[in-house]
Amino acid sequence: MDNFSDLEQQWLKPKIPDFSIGDTVDVKVKIREGGKERIQVFQGTVISRRGRGPAESIIVRRIVQGEGVERVFPLHAPTIEDITVVRRGDVRRAKLYYLRDRVGRATRVKEKLDTKRGRKS
Amino acid sequence: MSMKFMLGRKGRMTQIFTEEGECVPVTILEVGPCWVTGVRSAERDGYDAVQIGFDQVREKVLSKPELGHLKAKELPPLRVLKECRLDSPADLEVGAQLGVDVFQVGERVDVTGVSKGRGFAGAMKRYNFGGGPMTHGGMCRRFPGAIGQHTYPGRVFKGKRMPGHFGTDRIKVKNLEVMHIDTERNLLLVRGAVPGHRGALVEVSYAKCAKASQQA
Repeated sequence: MDNFSDLEQQWLKPKIPDFSIGDTVDVKVKIREGGKERIQVFQGTVISRRGRGPAESIIVRRIVQGEGVERVFPLHAPTIEDITVVRRGDVRRAKLYYLRDRVGRATRVKEKLDTKRGRKS
Repeated sequence: MSMKFMLGRKGRMTQIFTEEGECVPVTILEVGPCWVTGVRSAERDGYDAVQIGFDQVREKVLSKPELGHLKAKELPPLRVLKECRLDSPADLEVGAQLGVDVFQVGERVDVTGVSKGRGFAGAMKRYNFGGGPMTHGGMCRRFPGAIGQHTYPGRVFKGKRMPGHFGTDRIKVKNLEVMHIDTERNLLLVRGAVPGHRGALVEVSYAKCAKASQQA
């Protein structure tokens, strides 16, 4: 049977910014406040990316005042203005759920340096 | 067409975004093309109705009487024929072809289908019973529990909800909002879930109980 993926195209964004798991990103979200629209930035580490098609989403984690905060962003939502990479992370896992059990300095993700091995991107 | 009644096939579910950024779960339905295969009128048949046909197939698939019924009206071989009662005489002619464009975005529809068969199911799955404790020494894990009282009434009441066959029931989901229409491919996207498995036959009709405020 038809899988309708071409139908879904019209709700997808033409291009999703390039980032990967472990990266520290700035997610720019459109927020409506009493008729006015402004952009809020949420900075944090990408700890998961899942789903496909219009359902694709990421989880971004950051520590706010000693408290872990995670937000789920549907990548194709029109409210997501842009995602920019602040710092590339060097990780060996697709899901960084282990960061949830860590506190303080241990929550840092190693930075991916532009060495010979990591120069792909 | 005052009365909207179409046959279709269930696709899969997905989600779409509205302009406001709201994420909406939708079911993709392949609705039509359908043909008007018959018109019943009050004076001739005792009631007003239209017969709608759907799903073009090879001639070999149908029996000769079925084929003859359609051939007489110069219609293609159709697998499914369904009637829909009307309140007033039909304003449609036999042979007319219908597409999803009878519906419009924002309108409410009722979708009828046959739910997925679940076989002989226990009371927890079938009636959402709580069951017993899974741990702490509980011995009745998914049991329905007590089913009656005492010497009086001394019997189990009729209709007591118990394990048994579940699913493959005809189910109608009412007042689903039409979110999107693709006339080229005859696709109808309705908000929410629809009974049945993928590829199952569904009947889509205008929402009988929709409030005036819900109608587009």
